[in-house]
Amino acid sequence: MCRNVSKVWAAGTDRAHAALHGIDLDIAPGEFTVLIGPSGCGKSTLLYLVAGLEPETDGEIWSFGDRVVAPSPDRSLIFQETSLFPWLTVWQNVSFGLSIRGTPAAERKAVAREALHRVGLTEAIDKRPDELSGGMRQRVAVARALAMRPKVLLMDEPFAALDVQTRTKMQDFLLDVWRDSSASILFVTHHIEEAIALADRVVVFTSRPGRVKTIVPIDMPRPRDPFSARSEALRKQLTDILRDEVDRAFAEQEALAV
Amino acid sequence: MTAVPQPAAARETHVTAEATAALRPALPAWVGRAASRVGFTLLSVGLFCALWELLWALGISDARLLPPPHVFLSNFPEQAKFFNTAQRWQVGVGLNSGPSPAGAVMITILASAARVFAGLLIASTLSITIGVLIRYYVAVEKLALPTITLLSPVSPIAWLPVAIFLFGIGDAPAIFMVVVALFFHMVLATISQIDQVNRNLINVARTMGATKFQTYSRVIIPAILPGLLVVLRLNLFGAWMVVLVAESTGVGYGLGQVIMLARNTFNPSLVFFTIALIGVLGFASDWALRMVQKRILYWVPETTGVLRGL
Repeated sequence: MCRNVSKVWAAGTDRAHAALHGIDLDIAPGEFTVLIGPSGCGKSTLLYLVAGLEPETDGEIWSFGDRVVAPSPDRSLIFQETSLFPWLTVWQNVSFGLSIRGTPAAERKAVAREALHRVGLTEAIDKRPDELSGGMRQRVAVARALAMRPKVLLMDEPFAALDVQTRTKMQDFLLDVWRDSSASILFVTHHIEEAIALADRVVVFTSRPGRVKTIVPIDMPRPRDPFSARSEALRKQLTDILRDEVDRAFAEQEALAV
Repeated sequence: MTAVPQPAAARETHVTAEATAALRPALPAWVGRAASRVGFTLLSVGLFCALWELLWALGISDARLLPPPHVFLSNFPEQAKFFNTAQRWQVGVGLNSGPSPAGAVMITILASAARVFAGLLIASTLSITIGVLIRYYVAVEKLALPTITLLSPVSPIAWLPVAIFLFGIGDAPAIFMVVVALFFHMVLATISQIDQVNRNLINVARTMGATKFQTYSRVIIPAILPGLLVVLRLNLFGAWMVVLVAESTGVGYGLGQVIMLARNTFNPSLVFFTIALIGVLGFASDWALRMVQKRILYWVPETTGVLRGL
């Protein structure tokens, strides 16, 4: 999927800095991949590139046989912060992509109802986003992405702003949605527990510029017990790998500050 | 004090309940809120007038130069005589022809208000359109923005001769003055509002396959509306200021013309009477615009509550 992808922000200026360097990453259809790494390592940047919102500086990104050159409804992006349109109702938000295509309102509402049913929010269909809690808003955002029937769901720390209990609930919910939809998921987080709970494979990034350091398969059947011996071992393994990178990132920042 | 979280509604009524202790909870909550707002407005103005009256009563301020409110407000027919809408200064027009004094005051007020709103409407339509075009087409930005930025610091007063050259005397130069005073700032404000739109909203639209036109019409325009209405409200007062300047140069009739007349005939009472009228008008039009704002921007939450809680 990603071939030797690099990204340099502000290329050609004196503020140029490399965010990603030589990323090679293959994602199987229907696979749940989690990207993890120290903050500022370019994992979100990679999502933007895959979404087609930013051009890559070097290398190529392919999605189901097509080179990624522009955003596409096939690859939906879900952000950390609420990105619902506050002036639209929940169902209008969910069917926004269809209204762009000129689908009639009755059909849009039906699709929205179906998508909201999948995220368990049918009763909120006529509400406005500011009447919902943070977790509900993220579920609406997921419903909006699902309504486009994407082949790839890109999620940029979607649950980071939620409290721990809501977050665990949302992870279970996401796994249900993923099982039903057959979409591939590329999920960015900095939470090791979240990565272990969700992923088929965890991709660990190095500190800036981001490179793939290791790929750790999570060989546990779902539903997973976060307190099993295997979970503990994986947590220890990933924590150790990440600590090296975080230490390196700090050392670099200190060197820059001197 | 225990830290029991109060429901939001209870906290809100709590503030007004103190202010309007006479109102029993049997009345709907908004009655109490409205009454308290009106009460405080009257109290605020009343305190100011009382201070003025006090200075007069103590003999500190001279009633001939700074006539206190009870003087300049009491003699309405005498004041209204100067609101000359029948062009009585012209040869052959009798002093007592034309509308009644109260009618003349109304006509004058409406004439000035109409100029303000015509100017505001033209200026906001033009500037929002051009502001959006500047961000939409790079060519428009390159060709228009430098000139707009260059002209925006020019004082409206400097445009006054231009208004007269172009439009002579009448409504047109006054409206032109309002437009020219607001246009440049509002273009720049529109551009800055567009630049502040949450990138995520734009990116969501893009990933869903929205074209550039759809991104602007469905996302950017609704997203900048709240900010634009605030800009419009701030500029409303600017419009009232400018229209007075424009009218003072001769537009037939208008509040600015009355102020000019008062100045030329050394009539402080008339000056303050007109100032009072303008204040009330500005206040009323701001309130009207706030109502429009609430109606159009149903999704924008009230934010003053947070500051009250400090």
